[in-house]
Amino acid sequence: MLGLSYPTEGEEVMGVNRRRFLEIAGVSMLAFGASPVTEVLAEEELGFTLPETIFHFFKKPVGAVGREALKAKRWAMVVDAGQLDEEIAAACREVCHKVHNVPHIDNPKHEIKWIWEEDYEHTFTDQQHELISDEIKKLPFLVLCNNCLNPPCVRVCPTKATFKRKTDGIVMMDMHRCIGCRFCMAACPYGSRSFNWVDPRKYLPAEENWDNPEYPTRMKGVVEKCTFCVERLAKGLIPACVEVAQDLAKKKGRKPALIFGDLEDPNSEVRQVLRSNYSIRRKPTLGTNPNVYYIV
Amino acid sequence: MYDGGKIITGLIIGVVLLTYPVWSNLGKAASKPDIKLPVKEKLCVESKDYMRNKHMQVLDIWRDSAVRAAKRVYVTEDGRAYEMSLQNTCMSQNCHAKKTEFCDQCHNYTGVRPYCWDCHIPPKEKK
Repeated sequence: MLGLSYPTEGEEVMGVNRRRFLEIAGVSMLAFGASPVTEVLAEEELGFTLPETIFHFFKKPVGAVGREALKAKRWAMVVDAGQLDEEIAAACREVCHKVHNVPHIDNPKHEIKWIWEEDYEHTFTDQQHELISDEIKKLPFLVLCNNCLNPPCVRVCPTKATFKRKTDGIVMMDMHRCIGCRFCMAACPYGSRSFNWVDPRKYLPAEENWDNPEYPTRMKGVVEKCTFCVERLAKGLIPACVEVAQDLAKKKGRKPALIFGDLEDPNSEVRQVLRSNYSIRRKPTLGTNPNVYYIV
Repeated sequence: MYDGGKIITGLIIGVVLLTYPVWSNLGKAASKPDIKLPVKEKLCVESKDYMRNKHMQVLDIWRDSAVRAAKRVYVTEDGRAYEMSLQNTCMSQNCHAKKTEFCDQCHNYTGVRPYCWDCHIPPKEKK
């Protein structure tokens, strides 16, 4: 822009016209105004140059997997509905929501759920009819994110905030990237995802008394869901709900209601249980290939 | 000039109000950030200079590594291993146990408001 107004051949060279004067004045003002800022910033050598900050974004993540971490090729869960009762189901839900600082919001439009109790009719919507036996109608089921093999939520996410972990098949949420568009919620056929319509911290215990001070909360405007307790798996612990279900099963002298393990390992507990029991999955015809199995 | 007095008084009041931030702070400098370093832990994951300039890049790489690549252990050049966690490593009780005496000092001074604490829980501080 500045270059264009240089006098061309034949024009009077000495005179500064009004436009030129205003341009010079404007640029000088900018330079004058910016000088205190540049002086302060230049005081200390910044230590990195522009290209490095750009290249930083292409750097591959550094780091290692901890020795104690539980590893699998495809994590899966089995819910044995016959072993579930209301007490176990409620304990699983409560521990999960405590461990992950999930707020309890009464308004059903705003509520946040990672795992919760549901009846047969609403769990297996496409496998139910009015003459299902009373016994099954009464059974409590636990529903959670299925961590599908072919997750529709991941396909629709515009920022890759939700993604499928290649190492173990867990469908993860990267809260740093979520822009709150809720495409994933529309895509998920299981209603496993909750949106933070309100600031979740308002519904958590008063500040400084967090349920779990080691786990972050979420902020208003992001979607959240169960992640098979990735933060616990990294420390060598099984998911919180499975742990509680197993503890309660021991106390009651029953078989555990939740079983967790590697589906790719033919000797894993989940595979053994699936081999010896008839199991179903939620909405199998949609082709999402859920990794949560139900023994009815 | 009609109503010259009123116009000039108005102009003066306007100029005074507009320049208020400039002259009210004239000659005063905001106090320098007063950072308190951890008492127990003497060694950070990287050198002081590196951390001073690049802690945001370190944290960014950490979050990508931990969340996206499932690699949650940071190994330094001299072989020390740390869990990649802002909340549980950097801000643990042994290290920067007080956000107000460390992070906030410089961030407030420079008017930076990082959104880490919208979700991550800062350590408990006794008032």
